[in-house]
Amino acid sequence: MSTTIEDVEPEFLDKVIIRFAGDSGDGMQLAGNRFTDASAAFGNDLATFPSFPAEIRAPAGTLPGVSSFQVQIADFDILTAGDEPDVLVAMNPAALKSNLADLRPMGTIVINTEAFEERNLAKAGYETNPLSDGSLNGYKVIEAPMESLTKEAVKDTGVSGRDVLRSKNMFALGLMAWLYSRPLEPTIEWIEAQFGKKPEVAAANIATLKAGYNFGLTTEATKNSAVSVKPASLPPGEYTTISGNLSLAWGLIAGAKATGLPLFYGSYPITPASDILHELSRHKNFGVRTFQAEDEIAAISASIGAAFGGHLAVTGTSGPGLALKSEALSLAMMTELPLIVVNVQRGGPSTGLPTKPEQSDLLFAMYGRHGESPLPIVAASSPSDAYDAAIEAIRIAAKYMTPVLLLSDNSVATGSEPWRLPERDSLPDFTVRFATKPNGPAGEFMPYVRDPLTFARQWAVPGTPGLEHRIGGLEKEEVSGNVSYNPANHQLMTDTRAWKVANIANDIAPVAVDDPDGARTLVIGWGSTLPVIKAAVRRVRNAGMPVAHVHLRHLNPFPANLGEVLRSYERVLVPELNNGQLIRLLRAEYLVDAVGLNKVSALPFKVTEIETKIREMI
Amino acid sequence: MTTIEYTRGDFQSDQEVRWCPGCGDYTILASVQKFMAASGIVKENAVFISGIGCAARFPYYMSTYGMHSIHGRAPAVATGLATARPDLSVWVVGGDGDMMSIGGNHLIHALRRNVNIKILMFNNQIYGLTKGQYSPTSEVGKRTKSSPMGSIDYPFNPMSLALGAEATFAARTLDMDTKHTVEILEAAYAHKGSAFVEIYQNCNVFNDKAFIALTGKEDRDSNRIYLEHGKPIRFGQDMEKAVIFHNGEATIVDAASVDETAILVHDQTNMTMAFALSRLSHSPTGPTPLGILRSDDSRPTYDDGVSAQLARAKATKGDGNIDDLIRSLGTWTVK
Repeated sequence: MSTTIEDVEPEFLDKVIIRFAGDSGDGMQLAGNRFTDASAAFGNDLATFPSFPAEIRAPAGTLPGVSSFQVQIADFDILTAGDEPDVLVAMNPAALKSNLADLRPMGTIVINTEAFEERNLAKAGYETNPLSDGSLNGYKVIEAPMESLTKEAVKDTGVSGRDVLRSKNMFALGLMAWLYSRPLEPTIEWIEAQFGKKPEVAAANIATLKAGYNFGLTTEATKNSAVSVKPASLPPGEYTTISGNLSLAWGLIAGAKATGLPLFYGSYPITPASDILHELSRHKNFGVRTFQAEDEIAAISASIGAAFGGHLAVTGTSGPGLALKSEALSLAMMTELPLIVVNVQRGGPSTGLPTKPEQSDLLFAMYGRHGESPLPIVAASSPSDAYDAAIEAIRIAAKYMTPVLLLSDNSVATGSEPWRLPERDSLPDFTVRFATKPNGPAGEFMPYVRDPLTFARQWAVPGTPGLEHRIGGLEKEEVSGNVSYNPANHQLMTDTRAWKVANIANDIAPVAVDDPDGARTLVIGWGSTLPVIKAAVRRVRNAGMPVAHVHLRHLNPFPANLGEVLRSYERVLVPELNNGQLIRLLRAEYLVDAVGLNKVSALPFKVTEIETKIREMI
Repeated sequence: MTTIEYTRGDFQSDQEVRWCPGCGDYTILASVQKFMAASGIVKENAVFISGIGCAARFPYYMSTYGMHSIHGRAPAVATGLATARPDLSVWVVGGDGDMMSIGGNHLIHALRRNVNIKILMFNNQIYGLTKGQYSPTSEVGKRTKSSPMGSIDYPFNPMSLALGAEATFAARTLDMDTKHTVEILEAAYAHKGSAFVEIYQNCNVFNDKAFIALTGKEDRDSNRIYLEHGKPIRFGQDMEKAVIFHNGEATIVDAASVDETAILVHDQTNMTMAFALSRLSHSPTGPTPLGILRSDDSRPTYDDGVSAQLARAKATKGDGNIDDLIRSLGTWTVK
């Protein structure tokens, strides 16, 4: 099949936002991902936002069971999955009801008409059928009897029973491929690879995909509505499409390789961090040991054991799990062992909203330990950035002999975007050198002798003759590492641990201020708000108003020039998906009268929300 | 490989031992040091990991590598270390509160995984470091600071618990019986996989004479049931008692009252027998089995399994290349 439209010349758009919505069993995530990959292959820039229920299978047809996948494709470098969809694919009444409010006025709705029968309408809480009661008058509606057309398409493929309607998501995908001039080949190749062992299922999916495409091509309903988005002009380079959990996992493998140490990953399954465990467990040929622990505490404790044994140890979790790891994290701090603690933040507190984005664990990462226990914090700001953030966390941990908190969140973890790949053989060198010789006056090894520049203690691993030593959670005497209750020693060691972390400020890049126009207003953010803040800043600038932007990778310590930067602006805005956490740190540290923009409503910021706030402040 | 000759002193650290005078821990420390010197373990390959409690001070007194970790977590720390470094000999030391209360979860999972770690649980049936509360092995009715009207907590039977957690090695010994302790440590070390050793340890400050039935001159010979693989189970001052199977349970009888062939012959590879023997006593106030209840080398160890998967992945996929990995989902080029 040709990838060009045969009888309709498409109208070219610079961007389009499409949301696939259906029952969680309808395969909307899969349809969205395939559409994304076809667009990436076509050369569009893109960003995605999957949203799915926390329950594995909420009752079919109900509002809680709706799963959706939003993708924005564009011919320029876009930053977010977009605010308001231009197109909504609604596979059933519940999907329509829970997503319609987000659709832009005059937007397009693609409807699976056969799902709009009495029972499904009732389950979604519709008293009248929206297809006939006039409530969709302000939209362009494309109606397709997807179920009967799917049945017809697959009748010669050999699938039967429940498998027949399984492929109806491919009908929706095929229709969208026609509407937006996407090539079908990448999807067909994917289907063939995916269902290689079940040729009848592959044939059914391909037949339905083509049926959807042909439905768009031939029906009066959609004629002349074909549109396309041209390839984006991204910076030259080699690209892949990546989600944040994958790139974070790869960054851990890369960072460990840079240190020359084997990677150990201890984890307990938890949404949305589990994919890191899944991914790492596939790469044992890199020498990666994954340990699925009995609980969160065992996951970090085993990682501490592996770190003591000379491995680059990482434990990964999400909010509730970080709370459980708190005591052991203090042990890692006291024993001054390198350890990465990945926290893929989600809506909290308690079980909260496990599948929704939030940045509400920053203060917990900062202060969530007993005693005086500052630790470095590094945050990933986009799916592709998680790779670099993981490498940076490992650099700090190994160089300074300290645990490091690496913050991701649900948006970073499950969203995807094009990633300009690093050059081959460009991995930095963080080679770790274990202690090999005694360092004490009597030929003994003293574990708390420190490097004069980094204050890091030496890492002596079991199996090294002559360096036998004991470490532990009790306060240790400086230098010798013997247990010490000496009051002056505790003051010294507490100060030293804090100083060791604070001193890292001199070893991280100063904040880069994005301020081409000499603005008086600064927007400062951290983590997954990067794309949306960038987009908002761009819109404000396009409207002729200068505004500056700083995005923090390091949350503790802050970069050395941050205070100076903050004080050089009249107004400082801090947008965060929490009730004001970074802003507290900034106000406390630098006494700046920053203004917060805060949101905890299970969704990322919309560009317009930040844009409006910036305009208000200017 | 050359064997290094060690003495007990080679395993003593320079730290002053600070248990209460008369504590059973001193004897256990001496037994462990004696065992280590003769074990053939290269000193730098031995690691002692502990949690929190009186017993958990143990690593500071050994001149090996060691970590005094946090309450209950020593089996998990040791699991990570042994998995990362299968070349080491990893030992876990803790008390009954550390292992069976706050750390119960880690203990059972370490045992079922069969990680190659050796767990020594000093059971004194009391919380010592926190000065005398009842523990998960204290007997019902025990009056302590936190149970002035007597404890209503039913205690664990540590041997039954370990066996229920699929321990491939479970043994019990007594602090004061140095010879037997060393024998059990040797067997635990020789065992492939995780080993659980319960050591009855007298806390002369908060729970003195808890094990008097096994240690007192009057009763000890009639109450110690020493188990030996392949031998009929007989005990008593004149070996006048025996253990038989009766109504599906291990039962103590007068040896003279049964036919010689009815006496149970100990088979440490038999899980059902091990569990039955573990039920002979609950609190050690009467006849109590000592020695190896179970030792079964047939189950693969966790750390071997991990190493084997790594080797297989490397053999089939080759050494990982990060530049290829990040391109594995397909790439496109923008010019």
